[in-house]
Amino acid sequence: MTHTPHRLEIENISIGYGDKIILRELSFQVPHGARVAVVGPNGAGKSTLFKALVGILPLQSGRILIHGEVLGAHKDCVAYIPQREDVDWRFPVTVSDVVMMGRYGQMGWLSRPSSHDKEVVQNSLARMGIADLASRSIGQLSGGQQQRAFLARAIAQEPHILLMDEPFTGVDVTTQEMTLNLLDHLQDRQVTTIVSTHDLNLAASRFDLALLINHQLIAFGTPQEVFKQENLQRAFGSSLLVMENGTMLVDECCPGDEEHEHHHTEAR
Amino acid sequence: MNWLLEPLTYEFMQRGLLASVIVGVLCAVMGTYVVPRGMAFLGDAMAHAILPGVAIAYILRGDLLIGAGVAAVIIALSIGFFSKEGTVKEDTAIGILFAAALSLGVALISTMQTYAVDLSHILFGNVLGVSVSDLWLIGGLSLGILLIVVLLFKPFLVISFDPVLAATLRLPAELLRNLMLVLLALTVVVSLQTVGVSLAAAMLVTPAATAYLVTRRLAPMMLVSALIGAVSSVIGLYISYYFNIVSGSSVVLTATAIFMLAFLWKRVRAKG
Repeated sequence: MTHTPHRLEIENISIGYGDKIILRELSFQVPHGARVAVVGPNGAGKSTLFKALVGILPLQSGRILIHGEVLGAHKDCVAYIPQREDVDWRFPVTVSDVVMMGRYGQMGWLSRPSSHDKEVVQNSLARMGIADLASRSIGQLSGGQQQRAFLARAIAQEPHILLMDEPFTGVDVTTQEMTLNLLDHLQDRQVTTIVSTHDLNLAASRFDLALLINHQLIAFGTPQEVFKQENLQRAFGSSLLVMENGTMLVDECCPGDEEHEHHHTEAR
Repeated sequence: MNWLLEPLTYEFMQRGLLASVIVGVLCAVMGTYVVPRGMAFLGDAMAHAILPGVAIAYILRGDLLIGAGVAAVIIALSIGFFSKEGTVKEDTAIGILFAAALSLGVALISTMQTYAVDLSHILFGNVLGVSVSDLWLIGGLSLGILLIVVLLFKPFLVISFDPVLAATLRLPAELLRNLMLVLLALTVVVSLQTVGVSLAAAMLVTPAATAYLVTRRLAPMMLVSALIGAVSSVIGLYISYYFNIVSGSSVVLTATAIFMLAFLWKRVRAKG
């Protein structure tokens, strides 16, 4: 751990593919070690934001600063849990190979893993409860186990900022619980975590900050400040249902999911 | 033991055997990047796509291998260019360019008055006609390609398995992807002499597919694949010598037989 504050500043960024702008003029600042939930309707630009933060998608305008320096200046700073379809699951690698890839940035491309690297990999596997699966092929694991392998790799990277795109969707309860425990552990270590989720309850209860977006910034602040009726109404539009007792219900259909998912949060 | 040693008394057999083993190993190693990614088609396409280069070299009376090499590199970089950032899917780009290049090759060849023996050697290989200078070229290129594969083992592993990690680690992914395609293209060129255009793809795919059945990690897969490539080349060449069959065919059929054995073994083990 370094003594520099793990600060992330987003200055007026616009991101898109070609002419199509997906996120417009977004600005916010994340203090070091904060847990941020990114919330918004489907297609609001959550994955797009993550891809820009990692540096896969170029910015059309604005800047991203990490520790006051432009994105890309710090090599191992940002870790990202990719979406399933980005990974080639048939590739001949074992679980420990995958986690070791997290060390590549620090060990250099030509050198062999040191005993410290191996130790970090072992600890990361153990933390995610998959040490016994270390020598299995990554393709043989269940979806939840695969996600834990990628989380283990992210810890092994020893990042300052960890990005997770929908880690709670479509995984087993154990994996959800382990992911949540990991968030707490990372906060102890002053790692900033930015997590997109559909689960407003989770966003309100387990995160320090919430970022509500729908192609632009709707609200950013503590969950109490952000999850207000007018904000949610602006983000979710007609899929937000306000009950008489003040309970708000967001009803939307996830693309690719067969059934409707209901997400709700208590309004204060 | 005499039947083992007898063929080796001929110098052309020594050179042929050496060339076959080198090519067998090289193809087998490069194949480990092709097989898991489901790009078996790429090897085949690449092999046929170099035909216009060979034809032009033949018309200009130049070195056929150099013509093939130039064509291969152009095709490899074109595939990279058209599939850049997902404009066209990689296999679609390969399909289009492969058909275009093959057509061009056939068109060029059809303008020639006579099809010489040389050209049939390009199609089916002529392992017993390997000259000393050919051997140097094959050996040098193979060594260079294998050296790059060893040095860039980790970057190639990351861009093949998880392009997003490659991006977060700030790897020059596009450059590496193009380099990989060029190395594959050169591998096909090197294998022209021993198995020919028509069978090069088999040497790229079959040993690697066999190794994929019996290993779970990339480095061991490469070693097993290389061993299968080398063994098939040696056995195939002896079969070719004693039964008077085209060497490319006997090498590929030997590799196929080993694949069948591994496949059966895997099936039996899965049931038992």
